[in-house]
Amino acid sequence: MATALAGVAPPRDDEFAEASVHVAALRRLARDPAAIVGGVIVAIVAVCAIFAPLITRVDPNAQDLTATLTPPMWIAGGNHAHVLGTDNLGRDLLTRIIWGSRVSAIVGLSVVAIGGAIGVTAGLLAGYRRGWVDAVIARITDVQLAFPLVLLAVAIVAVVGPGLWTVIAAIGLTSWVQYVRVVRAETMSLREREFVAAAVAAGASSPRILARHLLPNVMSAVIVLGTFEIARAIVFESSLSFLGLGVPPTTPSWGGMLADGRQYLDTAWWTALFPGLAIMIAVMGVNLLGDGLRDALDPEMRQ
Amino acid sequence: MLTYLARRALGAVWALIGVTSVVFIILHLTGDPTSVMMPPEATKAEMDAFRHAQGFDRPLIVQFGTFALAAAHGDLGLSLRHQEPAMGLALERLPATAVLGGSAFLIVLLVGVPAGILSALKPRTWIDYTARGVALIGQSAPTYWIGLMLILLFAVRLGWAPASGIGDWHNVVLPAATLGFFSTAKLMRLTRAAMLEILGADYMRTARAKGLTALRVSLGHGLRNAWLPIVTQLGVELGGLLSGAIITETVFAWPGVGRLAVQAVFERDFPVVEAVVLIAATLFVLLNLAVDLLYAVIDPRIRYA
Repeated sequence: MATALAGVAPPRDDEFAEASVHVAALRRLARDPAAIVGGVIVAIVAVCAIFAPLITRVDPNAQDLTATLTPPMWIAGGNHAHVLGTDNLGRDLLTRIIWGSRVSAIVGLSVVAIGGAIGVTAGLLAGYRRGWVDAVIARITDVQLAFPLVLLAVAIVAVVGPGLWTVIAAIGLTSWVQYVRVVRAETMSLREREFVAAAVAAGASSPRILARHLLPNVMSAVIVLGTFEIARAIVFESSLSFLGLGVPPTTPSWGGMLADGRQYLDTAWWTALFPGLAIMIAVMGVNLLGDGLRDALDPEMRQ
Repeated sequence: MLTYLARRALGAVWALIGVTSVVFIILHLTGDPTSVMMPPEATKAEMDAFRHAQGFDRPLIVQFGTFALAAAHGDLGLSLRHQEPAMGLALERLPATAVLGGSAFLIVLLVGVPAGILSALKPRTWIDYTARGVALIGQSAPTYWIGLMLILLFAVRLGWAPASGIGDWHNVVLPAATLGFFSTAKLMRLTRAAMLEILGADYMRTARAKGLTALRVSLGHGLRNAWLPIVTQLGVELGGLLSGAIITETVFAWPGVGRLAVQAVFERDFPVVEAVVLIAATLFVLLNLAVDLLYAVIDPRIRYA
C-alpha cells in the first residue's frame, strides 16, 4: 500500500501537514480580536442555553398580573426583582431571554445539521459523479433558488402546523442549497487532483473516496458556511415566531417575545427592545466568529 | 448568444414547473387538503360537497394534471375567501410591493454602494469604522425588529413618519429603510471588499501615475472593474427583497403581495398562496436572466456562446 502511493505523498507526512494546517488556523483565529469577541458572545449564548435553569431560578412562564409591563430597574417604576422589566403578563423579561436562547441554539444547530447533511451529500455527489446526477441536482437547486424562501417555510409550517420540529424542518429544507453550490464547486476541482487519482488506482470505492478523501477537504468551506447558516437560521426562526408560526407561546423564544412586545410599542418599549437586542447580539457573535473562521481557514481570502 | 438565451429560457420554464409542483406537493403534504381548508366545525356532508367541488376525491395524478394545465394558463382557481380569481387578487397587490421594493433597492444602491466605496478609499478612518459598524448591525438584526425600532423612534417618539398604511412618500420611508437595511449592509461590505482588491492592482498605480484625479482613478478605473461582483449581488439582493417584503409588509401593514400571502396562509386560502409563489418565482427567474445578460454589457470579455 505504502509503496503503491509512494509517488504521491506518504500518509504520515499528510497527517502531519493536516494537523499543522489546523493549528495554524487556530493560531490565526486567536489573534483576530473580532473573532474573539464573536467567540465570547457565542460562548455566553451557549452557557445560557445549557444552564438556563441554574442561571435563573424564576419560572420563565410565571405570570404576575400585579406587575405587568414593569419597566427596567433603572427607570422610574422599575425594581430589582425584574432587571429588564416584565411583559404584558408580568413575566420577567431577562428570565425569558435567557430561556429563549435554548430555542435559538437548538434551531441553529439542528438546521445546520439537516441542511448541511443534505447539501454536502448532494454537493459531493454532483461534483464527483457529474453527468446525470449533477444535472438532476442542478435542476432541483434551480427550483429551490427560484422559491421565495420565507414563503416556502411559512407555507410548510401553515400546512403541517406550528411547532419546534416543523420550524426546524422548514428552515433546514431551505438551507441545503447554499452547501450544494460551495461543495460542488470545490469537489469538481478536487476530483482532478492526484490524491483522488491515487485513491482510485489503489482500488478505493466511490463512497470511500467521497467520505475519506473528498469530505475532509471540503470541510473548511462547510464549517465557514455552516456558521453563517446558524446565524441565518436564528433570524429565520425568530421571524416565523414573530409571524405566529414558530414555537408555541408557552416556550420562551426571542421572536415570540417580540411578537408580544410589538403590541405595547408605544407604552412599554422595553418589551420590544430587549428580545431584539438579544437576537442581534447573538447573531452578530456568530457572524463575527464566521468571518474569523473564514479568514483563518482560508488565508487566500484575507484582505 | 441565441443558443444561450434558448437554454436559459428552457431552464426558467423548468424552474417554474418545479416551483408549481412543489406548491402542489406541500398543499397535499397532509393528504387531502379538505380538512385544512374547511373550518373545523364543518359537517361531514359539507366536507364531502367541498371535496367533490374542488376535485379532491379524484386520483392525485389527475388532480395534478388538471392543476398544472390550469396553472400554465395563469389560472389558479378562485380564492377560497374572496371568490375572485386568485391570480387577479395577487396581481392587484403587485404595484404596492413594487413601490416598496423599488424604494428599498434605491436605498441599497444609493447608500450601500457609495458607503462601500468611501470605506475602501479611506480605510481605518471614522468613515470606514462607522460604515462597517452599521453594516455589522444590519447583517445581524432581524428585519422586522429594525422595523419595530424605526417605528418606535420615528413614529411613536418623534412623530416624523407614519407607522403604517399607504399614502404619500412619507409612508414609504420607514418600510423601505427596513426592507433595504440588510441588503444595504451586505452591499456595503461587498463593495468595500471588491474595491480594496482593485485598488492594489497595477493599472490603478498606472492611472495614478499618469496624473488622473483621485476621483477619476477610483471611479473610472476602480469601480469600473469592481462592478461585476457588485451587480451580481445587486441581482441576488433584489430577489431577496421579494422575500423580505413578506415580513416588512406585515410589520407596516403595507397592502402588498407579501402581506396578502401571509394573510392567505393564515386563512388557508391556498389558491392565493400559489398565485403569490408563482408570481414571485417568475420575477426571480426573469431577474436572474437580466443580471446574466447585464454581465456581457459590463464586462465585454464575457461572451455567451
